[in-house]
Amino acid sequence: MDIDHDTLVGFAKSWGLFYFIAFSVCVMIYAFWPSNRKKFDDAKRNILDRDDRPWQ
Amino acid sequence: MVQQLTSGERQNALIILLCVFVAGLAMAAAGGSDPLGMHGVIVMLFGASLGALVMRSYYDRQPDPDRLSHYYDDPIKAGVALTLAWAIFGMFMGVWTAAQLAWPDLSFDAGWSTFGRLRPTHTTGVIFGFGGNALIATSFHVVQRTSRARLAGQVSPWFVLLGFNLFCILAVTGYFMGVTQSKEYAEAEWYADLWLVVVWVTYFVLFLRTIARRKEPHIYVANWYYMAFIVVVAILHIVNNLALPISFGQAKSYTIWAGVQDSMVQWWYGHNAVAFFLTAGFLAMLYYYLPVRAQRPIFSYRLSILSFWGITFFYMWAGSHHLHYTALPHWVQNLGMTFSVMLLVPSWASAGNALLTLNGAWHRVRDDATLRFIFVAAVFYGLSTFEGSFMAIRPVNALSHYTDWTVGHVHAGALGWVAFITFGSIYTLVPSLWKRERMYSPALVEVHFWLAVAGTLIYVFSMWNSGILQGLMWRTYTQEGTLAYSFLDSLVAMYPYYIARACGGLLFLLGAIVAAYNIWMTVRAVPASAAERQSDVPDTGLAPGAAATPAE
Repeated sequence: MDIDHDTLVGFAKSWGLFYFIAFSVCVMIYAFWPSNRKKFDDAKRNILDRDDRPWQ
Repeated sequence: MVQQLTSGERQNALIILLCVFVAGLAMAAAGGSDPLGMHGVIVMLFGASLGALVMRSYYDRQPDPDRLSHYYDDPIKAGVALTLAWAIFGMFMGVWTAAQLAWPDLSFDAGWSTFGRLRPTHTTGVIFGFGGNALIATSFHVVQRTSRARLAGQVSPWFVLLGFNLFCILAVTGYFMGVTQSKEYAEAEWYADLWLVVVWVTYFVLFLRTIARRKEPHIYVANWYYMAFIVVVAILHIVNNLALPISFGQAKSYTIWAGVQDSMVQWWYGHNAVAFFLTAGFLAMLYYYLPVRAQRPIFSYRLSILSFWGITFFYMWAGSHHLHYTALPHWVQNLGMTFSVMLLVPSWASAGNALLTLNGAWHRVRDDATLRFIFVAAVFYGLSTFEGSFMAIRPVNALSHYTDWTVGHVHAGALGWVAFITFGSIYTLVPSLWKRERMYSPALVEVHFWLAVAGTLIYVFSMWNSGILQGLMWRTYTQEGTLAYSFLDSLVAMYPYYIARACGGLLFLLGAIVAAYNIWMTVRAVPASAAERQSDVPDTGLAPGAAATPAE
């Protein structure tokens, strides 16, 4: 099969689209997964701790 | 700086510098009278002077073994100093070239000072010199603080910082001599590009190893942005700069890409340099220094994750909007246009997240000029990403392309967003890094803020006016179907705007000089006693010393 212009366009318009949708779904699941809530809350608060040294 | 290294590390540093010196010698020998030879001499001088610095302190006392239980701040301090030095150089070159456009005699009839040679010294000076050093310095600071781990190396942070500056020096000195590979934001020639690959891979490994040592279980989102910045810039830099030198003794090279593919690769690089060099890393600063300065956690951490992945995956496809109405296939233009419009969603998510973090702390924004720098940065980020998405739409681009509107857009981003977030971060970073209670003079921070705001607004408004005027003049037809204005007519119409633009840039430069003075005086001041000091607490602007600054 020749890989011509139309093949590439077809690939971009089908698989490119699916891959983006699948990827965004994964990111949504990760961001909204209930058990991640505590991790994210800790992460955003912990940077405000005053510390001057690395933890040992 | 050398005092912090053990004798083994001092040896390693000397070996590296010797290799740099030998490489410089080889370049000088192979290059001869070619600009490559001159660059060889510069590399030799660079290696030799740093080598002398190491040797001078070679037999100094060994560092305290306790140093490993502290954060490694020396390279960050040097990075801040280099950031300011490049800011002043790069912005001065910007003002000079802007003035040349209004008064062409300012090139003084010399070859090295023509507009074509000076312009890349401005872009490289501000993007890589100012922006790059700020990114390296703040990334070292943020990754240590958010991971609660010391940098994973003693010599490698210095290698990254100073090696990157050697690249900038080679690039800028080359432009004066006429060395360029004629690629936007990637003008430096093959040997400098190869060197940057070595430096960048070291940076990547150092960053990864530091994150691997983290004591905090979750990797804070700012580090994701820095990581994206480092990884993507490596990929972009390598692909865009694939080139064959005409010989190993000459600076000139030819790219391996040809025709429209070359244009596409170049703008894939060019737009992602905006995305990952000038956006991702600076968003990392926003996500760390904004919460720290405002003493409020980011409004929504989840939103920051969603916008991170949105920006990372959308930006990659947007570059072709630079090539509307060219030989590039129509569907590729459409692809770039569509992704550029979609980019508005993650961009505004970040800008909105920043502004909502400040919601409820507006009195601090009012009182603290540093926080106001960060606030203005978030506003300009929102504005310029909206403008960018809009200009990427093909019919809008028909009006805006090749006009000063593009220049205005770039500077809304570069001055209003990148420089403002950088200065906001530096004003937050400097007192905590040098263990000072606050900046030497809050009043001078205020002066800098207003100079920068005035400069940005004058610059951007004059370029909007001139750009749209240019675009309209170029497409106005007479009833007979001929063009109504010659190119020269449009040039004459630009004259007042070019003068205004140079004035705006000058104000911005003055602000940077004020910042450098203020930071220098902060560093020189006597440290606050450890008992009194509250590290990382923001200055409310109502500091007791605000009135007592007679030294100005």
